[in-house]
Order: sequence, then structure tokens, then C-alpha cells
Amino acid sequence: MKQLNLPLTKEDCQSLQAGEMVEIAGTVYTARDAAHKRLMEMIQKKEKLPFPLANSCIYYVGPTPAKPNQVIGSAGPTTSSRMDVYTPTLYELGVIATIGKGKRSKEVKDSIINSQTVYFSAIGGAGAYLSQCIIASEVIAFEDLQSEAIRKLEVKNFPVIVAMDCKGNSIYD
Amino acid sequence: MKEFSVQKLKEAVCEMVQEVNVQYSAELKDRLTKACENETSANCKQVLNVLLENEKIAKEKRMPVCQDTGMVIVFLKVGQDVHFVDGLVNDAINEGVKQGYLEGYLRKSIVNDPLFERKNTLTNTPCIIYTEYIKGERVELEVLCKGFGSENMSRMYMLKPAQGLQGVKDSVLDAVKRAGPNACPPLVVGVGIGGTFDYAAVLAKKASGRETSNLDERYARLEQELLNEINDLHIGAMGLKGDTTALRVCIEQYPTHIAGLPCAVNICCHVARHAERIWE
Repeated sequence: MKQLNLPLTKEDCQSLQAGEMVEIAGTVYTARDAAHKRLMEMIQKKEKLPFPLANSCIYYVGPTPAKPNQVIGSAGPTTSSRMDVYTPTLYELGVIATIGKGKRSKEVKDSIINSQTVYFSAIGGAGAYLSQCIIASEVIAFEDLQSEAIRKLEVKNFPVIVAMDCKGNSIYD
Repeated sequence: MKEFSVQKLKEAVCEMVQEVNVQYSAELKDRLTKACENETSANCKQVLNVLLENEKIAKEKRMPVCQDTGMVIVFLKVGQDVHFVDGLVNDAINEGVKQGYLEGYLRKSIVNDPLFERKNTLTNTPCIIYTEYIKGERVELEVLCKGFGSENMSRMYMLKPAQGLQGVKDSVLDAVKRAGPNACPPLVVGVGIGGTFDYAAVLAKKASGRETSNLDERYARLEQELLNEINDLHIGAMGLKGDTTALRVCIEQYPTHIAGLPCAVNICCHVARHAERIWE
């Protein structure tokens, strides 16, 4: 299977085609509903964000608590469409990839084409399996949000499928 | 009259929420294994293999199958000769949920207010409890942990009686199509037919946890027909266009009004976490 190192470059994105299965390695930041809402408020107020958006990869996940001696608990993707309202702004500000599951809106598609970025889908329901591909995890913001806090994760051999490529082709069409 | 300590309910709920989150039911694992064997799409087969591997890891490491460990729904059937002691039934059940989610390192996903505060209660409570009365001294406890990726894709159809069987079929297929890849197919589909607006949804929830065919042959046949027609949609595992879109369809029916044909479709992912315990 094709291996991709994060951060991705525009050339990486342009080489990917919808339907391709790849394994990624590197840093991803977690954010889901509540963290997105806060990020957007910070962007509006022009505050410093908890992580640099440029070339970053956002993973939509709210893991279960780690047991002692575990890096992280179960950590599969959540439904991406709930983040659609926020995503175009984030792609415009430099996010290069998002990982979730399911369909995206037309607005997200347009912004992926404009910014020449990519949307990956991970296997929904495979939380225990995917946790084994996460080698480090650290909460870096919004700790009060618990599972919805922003985490910096290091992933390795993390399987995803290119769900929407930079031309706007989708596996779900 | 039999005295029954609510502490037994608390302990049972505490164990059950942990167990269903780390281990598939044998019935669903069997269906998933067969689906994987028969899958003709290479991509979907790979996804189904990962889901089976996921099941193994979860069981071995006692780790939740999915990070969304759900909102807890309890169906309680109480014999009317039972007298509960040692506290309130609903408090004991909620205490069991709280303890189970803390001990089991399960995700706490419940917010205190749906619209304004949305502050996490940190205990995964409150749960939802439906109680009904039966005869004798029996207590039946059924626990479901429902994830919201699939719950969000569930739908309600207030059909006209004239729409009949075809209306019901169209509704179920519409709900599954709309759910598409979002609800982590292969799905388990619970259908509630009859009752009222609210009760049809409860029936659909109940149906989602059932592992056997409907006792009424006509409905059992409809379950099979719906399963075939859903799989003919070829949404496939993860929405990658394969042979298995659903593993199981169960229907619960109830009498209804002369003017109505409510049909609720509760969409579940392939895990459909569910457990039962009975005290005779």
C-alpha cells in the first residue's frame, strides 16, 4: 500500500486519486464538533490558535480514555459532515488534509478544489484497530472538552482511503 | 410479593455496558464473518477484514470496539409482584451507567443540555429508561449503548394507510440511502411500524436489539425482503460499493390508529451493542 508522510505537500495532494487506499505517518491534530466551534471563534477574534493550521492534517475523532499503559483508547473517525460548516475556512487558512468518514458538502468540495487539498476517510467502527496505529498522543488545547479536546497525535501505518481528491472526485458519488 | 434490591440492577448495568462495548454479539460476529467471506468487492472485503480484526483487538485488550461508546437506553420489564428496595430504580440504573463508564474507560458522551450549555456530564448519564409491567415476579433488563453516527441518520415517516407495504419498504430504503456511508455500514436496521409518532420510534429502537426473526411470519418475510433490497443498493462496507450494506433488519409492530401508519427507522452500525439479563 502507498505510504504517505505528513505534512503533505500540494504535490502529494495532486498525486492522490479518489478511491486510493494509502497509509499515512506523521502528526495529525484531533478536533470534532465542540473544538471546531471554539477554533472558529478564535479565528474570528484573531487569537493565536493551539496549532499552526498551515499544512496541518485534522482528524475528526473523540477517543475513549486511555487505560494505564495505553497511548490512547479507541480512536476511529466520526462523521465528517457535521464539521462541513467550518471546513472551508480551515482549508482556506492552510489545512491540507482532513480525516473523517462519510460524505462532504458542496462547499467543502469547492474549497478542496480551490485549495488543492484532500479529504481522507478512515474506517468507521474500527476504533480499537486504529488505536494501534497511534504511537503518541498529547492534549494540547481545550482539555475541559474531555474526549473533544484537541490532541496532537503521531500516527504510523494509519490506513485511510482518499475519499475526495483535489479535483473534487469523491468515492461516494 | 418478592423483594428485589435495586443494587442488583446497578451492578448488572455496570457490567453490561462494559461488556457490550468490548465484545460483539456472537450473532453479529457470525453475520459479519459471512459477509466478509462472500464479499466480491476487493475494497469492501478489506474493510470487513479490518472490522473483524478490530473485533479481535477489542476483545483481547478489552478495549471499546468503537470510540463512540454511546448513549445508554434501558428497557426494563417489571413483574407486578416485585417490590423494589434499597433505593430508586432509576437512580440505581444511572449509577450503574456511571460506574460502568468510569471503570471501563468508556467515553462520556452526554451533555447536560441539548441546546444551550452542552456541558459534558462526565458520567455518561442520564440514560433513557423505558419501563413496562409484566405479570409475576420476573425482572427483565435490556441495555443498549447507541452511537450517534448512526442515530443521527435515523428517520421517522408518518405514512398514510393507503401507502401500505410499499410505503414501508420505500421508507426503510430511503432512510438507508440517506444514511449512505455516514452510519458505518454494514448496518443493523431496526424498524418500528404502528403505534404513534413517539411509540414507533421506541419500537424501532427495540427492534434494533433483537437477534431473532419476527414471530409473525408476514413480518419475518418482510424483514428478509428488506434486507435483500437494502443489500441490492450496493452501498457496501464503508460506502465503498459492495455486497453487504446491512447485516440484519428487525421489525417490531404495534396496533395503530385508523388514520395512520407510522414507520420509524432506527439505523445502527454493525455493532448494535445490546445485552439482556433476566431474574426469574
